[in-house]
Amino acid sequence: MFKSEAASWFRIYEMFQFKSFHMYGIIGSALAFGVLITQGIKRFQLKSAYGEPIVIPDKTKSFYRYSIGGIIFGLGWGLSGACPGPIFTLLGAGFLPILVVLVFALLGTWLYGMIMHKLPH
Amino acid sequence: MDWIMNPWPWYVGGPLIALILFLLLYFGKSFGMSSNLRTLCTICGAGNQSDFFKLDWKKQQWNLLVAAGAIIGGWIASTYLTADSSVLIHKDTIAKLHQLNIKSAGKAYLPEELFSLTNFLKPKVFSALALGGLFVGFGARYAGGCTSGHAISGLSNLQLVSLYAVIGFFIGGLFMNHFLLPYIL
Repeated sequence: MFKSEAASWFRIYEMFQFKSFHMYGIIGSALAFGVLITQGIKRFQLKSAYGEPIVIPDKTKSFYRYSIGGIIFGLGWGLSGACPGPIFTLLGAGFLPILVVLVFALLGTWLYGMIMHKLPH
Repeated sequence: MDWIMNPWPWYVGGPLIALILFLLLYFGKSFGMSSNLRTLCTICGAGNQSDFFKLDWKKQQWNLLVAAGAIIGGWIASTYLTADSSVLIHKDTIAKLHQLNIKSAGKAYLPEELFSLTNFLKPKVFSALALGGLFVGFGARYAGGCTSGHAISGLSNLQLVSLYAVIGFFIGGLFMNHFLLPYIL
């Protein structure tokens, strides 16, 4: 994440400005291989390392939770320039102010857990 | 060794992410970073406050290990594998950021105006980082996943709902980038 610069605020900013193919290339190629891997596992019913069938659970069906939740996440992504994976990467790279983002992301997660029953899903 | 010390192109980074997906699936797990935020809430004792956090966190150890790996990877990459961590973004983007008073654009890994040890405690900057984190944490859980869980794992599994989520990520991100950030920065 660090070396491909996907953890850089600047790369995320540039992505939303549509000025570079870089981030689209990373997500796109990860997805292309991801589709091959996931569909390959399903088609050939590959066994896991423990010899059990690999079961990939479907996500629950809903429109509101994914679109509204997605937009809220996007606002945060665009502002902090970090999604949950890179938060950990940046912490390791020694950018201590990212702890503010991490602590408040934990608070956001906790807040969701507290009020989830009142939200449309 | 230059190819290691220089920034890695997208066709290295992307497939490596897919490799993580494969390894986790192969070991019977699923790939999603934001689940760790929920697990960390549980470890901090949030299970007493909401059933949402009543989970056996020991079963989530794998994901925590991936997060720990990301921390160690970030440390190794920045300490030993990087000569110059400046991110060379497009010159138009640099010019635009200079207009918004982000002078470190093109010269740093993260904007010093937001992430330097002296700047992040400024009330405006601190609130922006805090708000960004809050939205990331809340949104990821509401949407049931983040960039890794939906854009990679979910779309790879051809889940329509992950497409809704990813479209949402971009609606939110574009709105922030084009309409809100110019006032925040």
